[in-house]
Amino acid sequence: MPPTIRLASERVELRKVQDDNPPKIYTPGEVVHQGTDYLRGHGTYLDEDCVKSSVAGICQKINKWLIVRPIKKRYNGEVGDVVVGRISDLQMKRWRVDTNARLDSILLLSSVNLPTGELRRRSAEDEATMRKYLQEGDLICAEVQQVFNDHSLSLYTRSLKYGKLGQGTLVKVFPSLVKRQKTHFHDFPWGTSAILGNNGYIFIYPTSQRSGKEGDGYKEDAEETITLEERENIARVRNCIVALAHYKQMLYDTSIAVAFEESKKYEITQLLTPEVMAKIASVAQQSLLQHSRNH
Amino acid sequence: MDLISDQGLRLDGRRPNELRKIRCKLGVFNQPDGSAYLEQGNTKVLAAVYGPHEIRGSRTKALHDQALINCQYSMATFSTGERKRRPRGDRKSIEMSIHLRQALQAVIKTELYARSQIDIFVEVLQADGGNYCTCVNAATLALIDAGIPITEYMVACTASLANGETPLVDISHLEETSGGPNLTVAAMPMSGQIVLLEMSQRFHLDHLDKVMKHALRGCQEIKAVLDKAVRDHVASAGAACNWEFKTD
Repeated sequence: MPPTIRLASERVELRKVQDDNPPKIYTPGEVVHQGTDYLRGHGTYLDEDCVKSSVAGICQKINKWLIVRPIKKRYNGEVGDVVVGRISDLQMKRWRVDTNARLDSILLLSSVNLPTGELRRRSAEDEATMRKYLQEGDLICAEVQQVFNDHSLSLYTRSLKYGKLGQGTLVKVFPSLVKRQKTHFHDFPWGTSAILGNNGYIFIYPTSQRSGKEGDGYKEDAEETITLEERENIARVRNCIVALAHYKQMLYDTSIAVAFEESKKYEITQLLTPEVMAKIASVAQQSLLQHSRNH
Repeated sequence: MDLISDQGLRLDGRRPNELRKIRCKLGVFNQPDGSAYLEQGNTKVLAAVYGPHEIRGSRTKALHDQALINCQYSMATFSTGERKRRPRGDRKSIEMSIHLRQALQAVIKTELYARSQIDIFVEVLQADGGNYCTCVNAATLALIDAGIPITEYMVACTASLANGETPLVDISHLEETSGGPNLTVAAMPMSGQIVLLEMSQRFHLDHLDKVMKHALRGCQEIKAVLDKAVRDHVASAGAACNWEFKTD
């Protein structure tokens, strides 16, 4: 496909949704509440007896707290979140992981399963061979174990669900677009799986790959060939997610499945053109709105 | 050359207290955490904000009680009438970067992000006077788009003095170069605090008050325009996802 270049003024916008009851929007410096009977929460600050907003977003009252939530911000971890991250550094007894948070997360050597599967204290020998399990640039999937005082995260991979990721595609979106759900591991009926990390990193891989991997999560099966069909499906899912994220649609299994079905009308490369992206996003939006109205 | 015609209009047809047309858009890029595009007349600027993220490079730069702010001002080689040789790194750009950082550090709530770093990149695509002001305004928009807490809008505006008596607001490149004094103000328009004040030339002290007042009013007017753009952006983005986005 030849590259397409067009003017920024010719960008395609999604049709505006009829919003009958739009919430009040606060912008930085605006007074959210006069008086001191409420406490200042995230996105607000106290200035001479009034709570002012420090971000642009909508206000929420939780008990005595006033919170202003921006549309997007960096990932703020919570215990139990599934995240996808990239190893950025090796240190004594720990890996540092880039998880799109404001500080790098930490994966301790003692909070991973050893490839042999045995449970024992980690020795100095394990420390020396850390790079054999995970090295800089490797992608991992993990769960947040603990949030420290400075808001950095401690991760763990002590489950077969988690570990090093093999062949697949990573998509980065804004973390606020990933919907919080019971499970963030999804197997789609067309043979593709996706890990929707709460931190906005989404990993797409063929379902067949995981079923083959038993025991240790640290072997990269780069030898294994993925069929053309599987690779095409991965590319299609990836383009659908990019389209949904570009038009600010929430990402979860249903929205991706709807977008995927709609995208079948087009070639995979066509999915990168703005008109088709907008079409897919609007179909997903309509069907999700319908869905939420029915409930 | 007269800066004001007999009819009381400026070279580009504005009245002395009128701003140039402002057009802007938030969230123009997908890769950075926040981005904005701002046009003030023919001055066009792109701003991108990355972070707060882990300190890149040596970790010794980290500040234990606040975020490190890193600004980079650059001018595209094609932005001026005569082609520029170096887009960044020359003395003028470095000075601009420092001033930009000073202005933005005053509004960003850096104490919330200890040991992190916030990168702010601004690029002038077309320079037609008031480059610094446009960069400050664009960077403010990009910070808001990134969801970084700021105490209030940081807005900058220029003013000048025509014929030694009439103050001009938001001066263009032609007015800048045709010899009048040039006053740049970066201020927080809601609380009225001034963060940066710069004068390129002398004029009589009697005029200072008048020119300052005009520049500050310009700041307030710019802030009103930016605020409306932010509200529109949040409203359309929020409506698109049915206000379901998750944060905290």
